[in-house]
Amino acid sequence: MYGNDVIDPDERPSVDPTVPLNAAETEAYDTALAHDDQREQVGSDFDALIAADQRIEPRDAMPDTYRETLIRQIAQHAHSEIIGMQPEGNWITRAPSLRRKAILIAKVQDEAGHGLYLYSAAETLGIDRAELLDRLHSGKQKYSSIFNYPTLTWADCGAIGWLVDGAAIMNQVPLCRCSYGPYARAMIRVCKEESFHQRQGFEILWNLMHGTESQRAMAQDAANRWWWPALAMFGPPDTGEAAKGGHTEQSMAWGIKRFSNDDLRQKFVDMTVPQAQKLGLTLPDPDLRWNDERGHWDFGEVDWDEFWRVLRGDGPCNAERIEHRRRAHEDGAWVREAATAYAAKQASKHKESAA
Amino acid sequence: MSGDTTTTGAGAPAASPDTPERSWPLWEVFVRGKRGLSHVHVGSLHAPDAEMALRNGRDLYTRRQEGVSIWVVRADDITASSPDEKDSFFDPAADKIYRHPTFYDVPEDVEYL
Repeated sequence: MYGNDVIDPDERPSVDPTVPLNAAETEAYDTALAHDDQREQVGSDFDALIAADQRIEPRDAMPDTYRETLIRQIAQHAHSEIIGMQPEGNWITRAPSLRRKAILIAKVQDEAGHGLYLYSAAETLGIDRAELLDRLHSGKQKYSSIFNYPTLTWADCGAIGWLVDGAAIMNQVPLCRCSYGPYARAMIRVCKEESFHQRQGFEILWNLMHGTESQRAMAQDAANRWWWPALAMFGPPDTGEAAKGGHTEQSMAWGIKRFSNDDLRQKFVDMTVPQAQKLGLTLPDPDLRWNDERGHWDFGEVDWDEFWRVLRGDGPCNAERIEHRRRAHEDGAWVREAATAYAAKQASKHKESAA
Repeated sequence: MSGDTTTTGAGAPAASPDTPERSWPLWEVFVRGKRGLSHVHVGSLHAPDAEMALRNGRDLYTRRQEGVSIWVVRADDITASSPDEKDSFFDPAADKIYRHPTFYDVPEDVEYL
């Protein structure tokens, strides 16, 4: 699970049927873009800047724990982006048409780009990207456990775009207002690119649902397998009793997280159920029903045992993902060395001719 | 990505040069959105040399036609003013209000002035 965030319960919007499918370009996103810089008045004290909802910048003084929390969260987010290239990358050679292949390549390339924006943001905190990759490869740092599930059919590419990217957007839009400036700005860029990801996934499923009987079954099977892992992406419960002792409270106080995991999960369910209905898919939750009193969809309990099991390494694809990542890195070593050698040679040639 | 500080975090401790990645320098990327606009800082990346930085910058920051021109600059080659000295550094301009047109009293009925 990566980034997270907060809304004032009073500001929490009820379900609005006019809310567009494009979850990335909402009011929250616009608010983040319109951030009001009051640094002149507030000064440079960390607590004062946080209290005034101002951005902390790389050269500002900040508590070590704030820096460490951010490095961990941004790194985990970055790792998720690049590991997230694998489940869909798996389908590039088998995409059902040239159009789908081109789209999928563009999407996977975007994920690589998102990883790079995030590693850049992490580096502003004084850590080297190579060090972060080492931590990923050695298992010291985690990535979102959603990517430890396999993509068994083409419909899984649809379900990932629709559900996984949909959930990621829910999580990332509030991060555009994160108190750490470079992270917030990276998120703005990511969200801008993310909406195509969600829509192309929806479209894949839409087409399958208008296809043959077996295509519809394939789409339903993908929704069945991805729904619960997508809900788990928001992280374990962190409101009510569960709020005690978690790190949500501190992250909220620092303006890193803006909404609780539970609020975001509810928002995601409220957004997604009508879309599932439109698609004609049945979400695999017998407890899913509209609650008129709350103005939200009620839904069942995520299997948190499974969540922790997968996070700790025992998911269907954990070993495969890391192994693939390590191998890609090692296989690329000679390219990096050659580029370095070439750069050095060119630099010395340049020096000679200048002398 | 921001105004006075680049994303390099110039105050960050130097990385140890154990691996090729670590020794690849950091480049700041500036993109001109369209003709007539100036280049704006959009982010940074690692690359072995300027040409690779330019190509990576294109792939990383202009995948959706965000630019018609890119500059890359070695982060090490950028000299930045320090935020801590902001007040004293910019102080000389503070009391020269006569540099602004509003400083001057002119009759209200004079046009084009």
